Parts: sequence; C-alpha cells; structure tokens
Amino acid sequence: MPVSWLVLLLIGLSVIGYILGRQRALASAGGDSRALHSLPNFYGMNVAMSALVPAAAILGVWLLAQPSLINTTVSGSIPASAITEGSSLDLVMSDVKRVAEGLDFAVSSGAMSAADARTLDAGQTDVRATLADIGVALGSDVRPEVLQAAQDYRAMASTGTMAMTIVVLLAALVGFAISYSKTNLHYRARNVVERGVLALLIGAASLAILTTVGIVFSMLFETVNFFGLHDWKDFFFGTVWAPNFRGDSELAILPLLWGTLYISVVALLVAVPIGLFAAIYLSEYASKGVRGFAKPLLEILAGIPTIVYGLFALVTFGPFLLSMFGEGGTFGVNWMTDARSVATAGIVMGIMLIPFVSSLSDDIINAVPQAMRDGSYGLGATKSETIRQVVLPAALPGIVGAILLAASRAIGETMIVVLGAGAIARLAVNPLEALTTITTRIVSQLTGDGDFASPETLVAFALGLTLFVLTLGLNVLALYIVRKYREQYE
Amino acid sequence: MTDISQTPSNPPKTSIHKTDERTKKRNAAERRFKAYGIAAITAGLLVLVVLVGTILNNGLGAFQQTFVTLNVELAEAKLDKKGNRNIDDIKKVSTFGYAPLMKTAFEAKVEELGLETGLKSKDMAAILSKSAAAELREFVLEDTSRIGTTVEFTFLTNSRVDGYMKGRVTRESIANDKKISAAQLDFVDQLVAAGVVEKRFNANFIFGADASDQRPEAAGIGVSMMGSFFMMLVVLVLALPIGVAASIYLEEFAPKNWITDLIEVNISNLAAVPSIVFGILGLAVFINYMHLPQSAPLVGGLVLTLMTLPTIIISTRASLKAVPPSIRDAALGLGASKMQSVFHHVLPLAAPGILTGTIIGLAQALGETAPLLLIGMIGFIASNAPDSISAGLLSPNSAMPAQIYEWAKRAEPAFYERAWGGIIILLIFLVTMNTIAVILRRRFERRW
Repeated sequence: MPVSWLVLLLIGLSVIGYILGRQRALASAGGDSRALHSLPNFYGMNVAMSALVPAAAILGVWLLAQPSLINTTVSGSIPASAITEGSSLDLVMSDVKRVAEGLDFAVSSGAMSAADARTLDAGQTDVRATLADIGVALGSDVRPEVLQAAQDYRAMASTGTMAMTIVVLLAALVGFAISYSKTNLHYRARNVVERGVLALLIGAASLAILTTVGIVFSMLFETVNFFGLHDWKDFFFGTVWAPNFRGDSELAILPLLWGTLYISVVALLVAVPIGLFAAIYLSEYASKGVRGFAKPLLEILAGIPTIVYGLFALVTFGPFLLSMFGEGGTFGVNWMTDARSVATAGIVMGIMLIPFVSSLSDDIINAVPQAMRDGSYGLGATKSETIRQVVLPAALPGIVGAILLAASRAIGETMIVVLGAGAIARLAVNPLEALTTITTRIVSQLTGDGDFASPETLVAFALGLTLFVLTLGLNVLALYIVRKYREQYE
Repeated sequence: MTDISQTPSNPPKTSIHKTDERTKKRNAAERRFKAYGIAAITAGLLVLVVLVGTILNNGLGAFQQTFVTLNVELAEAKLDKKGNRNIDDIKKVSTFGYAPLMKTAFEAKVEELGLETGLKSKDMAAILSKSAAAELREFVLEDTSRIGTTVEFTFLTNSRVDGYMKGRVTRESIANDKKISAAQLDFVDQLVAAGVVEKRFNANFIFGADASDQRPEAAGIGVSMMGSFFMMLVVLVLALPIGVAASIYLEEFAPKNWITDLIEVNISNLAAVPSIVFGILGLAVFINYMHLPQSAPLVGGLVLTLMTLPTIIISTRASLKAVPPSIRDAALGLGASKMQSVFHHVLPLAAPGILTGTIIGLAQALGETAPLLLIGMIGFIASNAPDSISAGLLSPNSAMPAQIYEWAKRAEPAFYERAWGGIIILLIFLVTMNTIAVILRRRFERRW
C-alpha cells in the first residue's frame, strides 16, 4: 500500500476516533456534559491523538530507517567476486538499485507481470534490453549476481513496506482501542491531551537540534570517507587545487580559503565604512523624516535575492570594471583580463552587506544611553567628538559583533561568487584577477556528473564542513560579544 | 562672592563671539564627519537606484517579443499525401515537412507587398525562430481539418531579429555572425515598414516553459513559477506549524535549563548557517539517503523549510513575547489550563505578528538559489506544467531563481535579457509579499 494511502487512512481513523470518543464520553455522563471531568472535545481529541500520533511516529521512523537497513543487508550479501576491477561496492549497489527500480517500474507500468519480474533469469533474458524497451536505461549489462541482489532488494523492500503497513495500522488501532475503552466520565482527558500536546511542542522545538545534528553528521560521514581516500595533510596544507575526474587530483583547501577570505575582506572594506557611517548618520544626525525615508530604502538592498546581485556582477558591474581597468580601458592599464574577478564579486557583495551592517549597528548605537551623550555635550564636545569618543567606544563590542556576522555572511555567500568571482584556484594578490571560493567549488563538485564515491565529489563535503565550522565559529563569537555587551546597559 | 563683580585686570584678547583657530578646526571636523554620513547614505541609495535601473533597463525587453504574421497555405500535398486525414499519417510528417510551407508563405508575402529583395526564400525563412515549424505542426495536429486551407499564423522571429528590433543587435555587431546577415536585417526593415513584423507583449514569457539554448525567443518562466509555487506550499505547510509549535514551547512552557539554552543557541546559529550548507544536507539526507526524487519541488521545499524555520521561530517568539502577561493571568484566573490560555488567548492575539514573520520568511525562501543548485533543480528543461498536485511535488521542475541562474549561465545576450526579465517577475512577487506583510503589521499591530 502506498504511503499516501496509509496517511489518509490514519487521518480517517483519527477523525472517526474523535467523533466516537466524544460520543462515548457524553453517553457515559448521560448526555450531561457538566458531569464530565473534561470538556467533551478533549475526549474526542484524546482518542484521535492516541490513534494518530504513535502510528505516525512509527511511520516516520520506519521510512527513515528502512532504506539504510535494506542497503546494508543487500550489500552484505553481494559476493566479493561480483565487484570487478575498477569498481567498488557502492557502484555495484547503485547498479542493483537501478535494476530493482527498473523492475518495479516495469511491473507498475504493466510491461511485465509481477511473477515474471520475480523469476527473471539473467542467463536467459537480456534484462538490460527488456528494461530499455520501457524506458529504463542501464549503464551496463546485468550480471547474475547483480540481478540476484536486485531481486533480494525488491523482496526486502516489499516485505518491509508490507510489515510497515501492518505495524502502523496495528499501532493506530491499538491506540484507538485503548483510549476508547478508557473513555468514561471520570477519565481525565484534558490532562492526557495536554501532556500529549506538550510532547508534540517539545518535538517541534528539538527539530532545530535535529537539523544541526543532521548537518554535522551528513557532512562528517562523507568527510571521513574523503579522508580515507585522500591524505588530510594534503587537503589542509597543500597549495594546489586541481580536481581531475580521472582520479589523482590535487585537492587542497588553501587556494580556496585564500579566495574566500580575499573576497570577504574586499566586501567588508566596502560594507563596513558605508554601513557604519550610514548607521551613525541615521541614528545621530538624521531628522525623523529622513530616517523614515532612507532606512527602509536601504533595507530593500537586504531583501533583494542574491541571484540578482550575482547577475548584476556578471553582466553589469564586471564588464564595467573591465572597461575601466582592462585592455584599452579608460585608465589605459591592462590589469584585468576577465570581467569576473575578486573586485567584481567583492564590491557587489559589499553592496549586499551594507544594510546588514547598518541596521545592526543602528540598533547598537541606539542602545547607548542618552545620558552618556548628554554628559559629553555638557563638557563642551561637539556632536562628532561625542560620537567618536563616547558613543562608538561604548558601542564597539556590538559593532564588532555585527562586523563578524557580516563576515560570516560573506564567507558563506554563494550566488554572487558563483557568477562573479571566476573559477581559477590560485594564490594571487591582484584584486582584478579571478579567484575561486569554497562555496563555488562545492557547487561545481556536486553539480557535475562525477561518481559519488570519488574523492573529487566527496571533497565537497569536507569543504562544506570547513565552511560550517568557520561560519559557526564566527557566529558564536559574534553572539557572545553582542550578548556580553548588552548585559552592560540592560 | 565679591570677586565676580570685579573686572579682570587684563581682559582676554579674543572675544567669545569670534571663533578661534581651534574652534574652526573642530567645527570643520564636525562638518566633515556629517558629510561622511551623508555620503554613505547617498552611496547606498545611489546603488539601489543603479540596481533597480539596471534591472528595469535590461529586463523590460523580455516582456516584448518580435512576431511575424504570415498567410500560410497548409498544402495537402505536403502534410497529408494520402488525403485521408488519418491523424497517424499526419503525425509522421516531421517538422522538416513543414519548413517549405513557411518559405512559400514568405514568397507569397513578398509578392503581395511588392518588396524587392535579393534574398532567397530559404534566407527569408531563416529570420523565424527554430521553433516556428514545431508550432505550426502542433497547430495542424490540433485540428486536421485546417489542412488544405490558408491560415494567418503568427510566428516568433529568432533572437537576432528580436535583438535588432530592441536595439541590442546592430549591423556592426553582426559582422561575424553566421546566424544572420545585413541583407536579412534590410529585409526585416522592409517587413516592419509593411507592418508584417512587429514587437508586442509576449505572454509566453510569463506563462510558458523554458526552451533549449538554441531558442531564447521561446523561453518562458511559467513552469518554474509553478515549481516555486509548490516549494512554497511545502514550506508553508511544514514550517508554519512546526515553527509556531517550537516557539510556543520555548516561549511559554520551557523551563530554564541547559537543554532549553542549547535549543535557543542552536536556533540562533541555524539562522546564520550559509544556505549552501542546507543544500548539502538536503543532498545527503533527502536524496542520497531517503531516495526522494532529484529536482523535485518536494525536496526543495523540505530544504527551504529547514532554512526558513529559524526565521519563523524568531519572529513568532517576538510576537508571543509582545502579548502582555495580564492576558495569560486573566485566562488562568478564570480556570483555563496553561495550554488553554496559550491556544485560546495568546496565540490568536499573536497571529498577525506570526503571519507577518511567516510571509517574510517565505519571501526569503522564494529568492534563495544556492541550496537548489545542489539538489539538482537546474540543468534540464521542464517543458510541461505539472497536471496534478502530486506531479507538482514529485516530478522534476525548476524554480524561479534557479531558472534565472540557468539563463545567466547560457552566456547569450538574449538569455541575459530573459534572466533580467525573470528577476523583474521574482521581485514583483517579493515586493507584493513584503507589502502584504507591512500592511498586516500596520493594520493589526496592537500597542498594549
């Protein structure tokens, strides 16, 4: 039974449970709802939740666990002789899965009967040709071991799904029956329902932790795989990035890290002065009218999707820089050969970060108590002297926090650098040359047609983990600084 | 006290009404400082103006397209040789079979208008889009009784002619171009004068599907708009309830302990994790581990849900916090349970704020591109709009920002125009969503 039907069935069961539970409670009180411990709706809800929640939880866990369980069992049963030279267990398994999916598709589209599909013999029928007829393309001919494994896979998958349907329905019915039989006028339905709802709320809140754990583990496993195939010393301390899909690549993070940091520094050089001065002007000098007009307009810059900035860098700003500094340009210098460069991506990214820096700093400057300014004015300081010598030092930790958050944004930014920074990994110093970043390499390594078990693809996970650790460190540091600062005035 | 009335023995040489050197310096510094602030604001606003100007200037062209109107004789001899109107036989005639019809139509037009041109009919037909024959074939297959008649049919021109009409292509720029010649542009000029070629509004760009990289003139953003729509549906259905539930727990029920602290730190950190990391998570968990279909809006929606959750949680908590404790106390005093006070009183009062936060979170998710690249929502052409909800969720599709990226990558000026046009549509959606959020906030915001 497909999962969607199962879900519909569960929902139907819980609706019936609601109606029946409510009726039973009312009936036990002789139709007088005042005699009940809880409101009638709570009795209905109790039955509905007991039927739905445990069953849905089992369904969710089962759906998550089944694929990997089947995978381990089937890959354990593949004989070592089936893994040919130049191949790996993962490759064979992906063949197995494709054959199994192809056979399933053949059965569901009616090209093959279920019995035929089960008794297929690789020696007698050409499975590849049969499947190609119905539009399932296989990379190579199907060997008997692979077909056998695929049959095991299908058998296990269908048994698993069957067992899942039975277990889930059983759980729902048991939950239904128990809560229904307990329903009478003395049953404390409200307390039970409220405890259940609280558990659901806690579950929703822990999803945040689950996401973080998911992020870390999904990258950690593949990173460990990567370091099994590639020397970690070369990854962290090598100086050449030269992926080669035939193998034997040099995959070192240093050139990428250099490009990432270089572009981020350029972006911050643009964003921090403009953003900071804009914040100072808006919070200290501007009249209410100017503030009400300029602040929302500046914040529009933060709401524009990054793909827009990327296209702006690629099509408008890059060629503009090239026409200034390129061959035959306005300045008559030949410093730039490509529209894509560190300056192109960095400056455009800086524009994106202006409102980020300005609105964070604005909040922080506004949080500095007015008494400090008044004290400074009373001593005869001008406005700018007050700002420079009193307000900014007081706001400094917060501003540093804001800049660190902006830096973490810049390091993790993808679309602007994918379109504007180029693809050349090297340790160049000229800001008008193309460099590449960690994020662009993640995109290019994972969107190619590479084999998923090769170091050239797996390196993306190591890069992702590095990026995650880097930005996480900056964020934690920034939040720590900001929090510590806030405690001073509140 | 008596000292004050005494006049100083040697009065100061400078008056306080006359500014001295040091004061001048300080005042100059003050003016400079203020000027820096004004310069920063101006720079920011100027960039905004330049950005919007660039978008409009480059993108508005995509909403117009150049069309040629011709009278095409759907000759029976070419399209249905057996003459029995059997649909299977007619389907056997490929688009190559339709090409001569267009050549003849051009010849007829030239004769009718009395134009003088040195072009052969083959070169005349070359100003049409590569999809022209396919369009005509579809038109015929739709209703086979049209065979044998002469119909007025409107064709797309190719992107070079379209660029010429929009001023992107000039006679100088095509000097080395194999796709079009100056003579063909002369011919286009003649046709424009005769009113056969004209530029008009192109609804296909808004509602149509993407086209192969040979035919920028036929590409549209409509199907990827559907992809975005289904992703937003997933985000709304998942992120709103989960986010609200999590915020209610953290704001109303959670005890102060290290687990709650851990969750809070986690959420504020997740809000700042680079979006591409969520893409890696989606690729590893949803596609490689759970085997959900690649490029499906369902997967995109799940990834964007995880990404939007922190935003929604943070804004929901802020609006729950804004509901005064007296409301909770009153409910508890009347005998409501804690749960009832939250769900019956606090949550409805916080609803406008939650909705505002959700819309802003959705707008953010709508414009996000990077995670979609990793789960494969680029690199193919979604040619048909999905016909059911499950197909919309599970069949491969693109999304608006991913489609824009795809066009930007094709490095052909006609596709850049499409990309900018797509950005205009994307921004219209974002502006609308944000305006709704602002209006909601203004309208329902309560000061307690």
